[in-house]
Amino acid sequence: MNGAHDVGGMHGFGPVEPEADEPVFHAAWERRAFGLTLAMGAWRRWNLDMSRSIREQMPPAEYLATTYYEHWMFGLERLLVDKGLVSPDEIERVRRGELTPPGSPDAPAKVQDGALRAEAVSRVVGGRKGARLDDPVPAQFRVGQTVRARNVHPLGHTRLPRYCRGRCGVVAIDHGVFIFPDTHAAGLGQKPQHVYSVQFTARELWGPDAPERDRVCVDLWDDYLEAVP
Amino acid sequence: MSEHHHDDHGHDHGIDDPDHPHNAPLSDVQLRVRALESLLTEKGLVDPAALDALVETYETRIGPRNGAQVVARAWTDPAFKQRLLGDATGTLAELGFLGRQGEDMVVLENTETVHNLVVCTLCSCYPWPVLGLPPVWYKSAPYRSRAVIDPRGVLREFGVQLPDDVDVRVWDSTAELRYLVLPRRPAGTEHLTCDELAALVTRDAMIGTAVVRAPEAAPGGAR
Repeated sequence: MNGAHDVGGMHGFGPVEPEADEPVFHAAWERRAFGLTLAMGAWRRWNLDMSRSIREQMPPAEYLATTYYEHWMFGLERLLVDKGLVSPDEIERVRRGELTPPGSPDAPAKVQDGALRAEAVSRVVGGRKGARLDDPVPAQFRVGQTVRARNVHPLGHTRLPRYCRGRCGVVAIDHGVFIFPDTHAAGLGQKPQHVYSVQFTARELWGPDAPERDRVCVDLWDDYLEAVP
Repeated sequence: MSEHHHDDHGHDHGIDDPDHPHNAPLSDVQLRVRALESLLTEKGLVDPAALDALVETYETRIGPRNGAQVVARAWTDPAFKQRLLGDATGTLAELGFLGRQGEDMVVLENTETVHNLVVCTLCSCYPWPVLGLPPVWYKSAPYRSRAVIDPRGVLREFGVQLPDDVDVRVWDSTAELRYLVLPRRPAGTEHLTCDELAALVTRDAMIGTAVVRAPEAAPGGAR
């Protein structure tokens, strides 16, 4: 979707503001939001593309006015309800900040089988199973070939940034076969296909005032590209 | 646009932070996160000890010192550098620097003529196993919006003035490849050990928003 997350090339957000000696987290709640998101992800009721997709559905004004971990919390709350792990009533109470009373000391909450345990964290953190697939799918394009990013505006999740749609570039690297996020985010399967680093000249993207030899490389899937005759 | 909330500056407030047990009111988001953790814990869906372990891992074990070791070794071991540039994923796996948000890695070498800069315009993709979690500026709209359209201007804000004859390559991490910049080794560091070199390598240099500087010459020229 053409959402507020797709900011490449926009103006007006002001200067980049690096922070000296920045801590990993800026507040205790950020630590817990981070941990909750990864721990609930370990249930595998949703995939990473669904997580990104749901965060992108935050209303644009709200997305731009909130921080990274607030985006994560928005996404986690929505996914928990969508997947039936939490009821809409329960999430309403969460949004009002109401604590769930703990079980009595005689009947403490029992951690369910399948929940991420502390001793399994190193396995989750060190996991090497990414989005790469072994499927023997042929590449639609070859390194050195000129291609055009399709001028499409899907309503669902996509990883094709607006700033390169309709623009021509050259396939610089063929990275092999990966899960296709557009279908994966929608629960419509992995649709394995090649991902390429496509190199666009800065002038193709931004016009004649851009430096002549600067380039922007964007990682794009077969389905985002078309051959240039 | 700043991503900080004023009530979060510097330190934490409220009863969810044992380091600061004074009674400032909790913000809405603090209340919400606390309420969600209590709900999921009561349902048995999360083990709070696992949350502690996740946080501790990224606060203490996985961070840019990992990437700095890789860079220093590439500077001092030409065969390693060749393998790293040819097969970053396999080479980083040998060092144990592979994992979540860094399952498929690419290393980009800065040279006399090419300067690489990494961004994720659509969210905040970042190579966690070698750099840890991303800084706020990397996740924020100013960097994500401008890195692709005005990389030289962004670099100037970081104090890097690139000569016109150095080409900029911006890499937008739109897929699941994760990019680590191999910065140039500064002149005058030939005598330094691998560990001393690693200490010079900054996080920003491995994103591409900084260059690595040689240490100031010690008085008397001892170094």
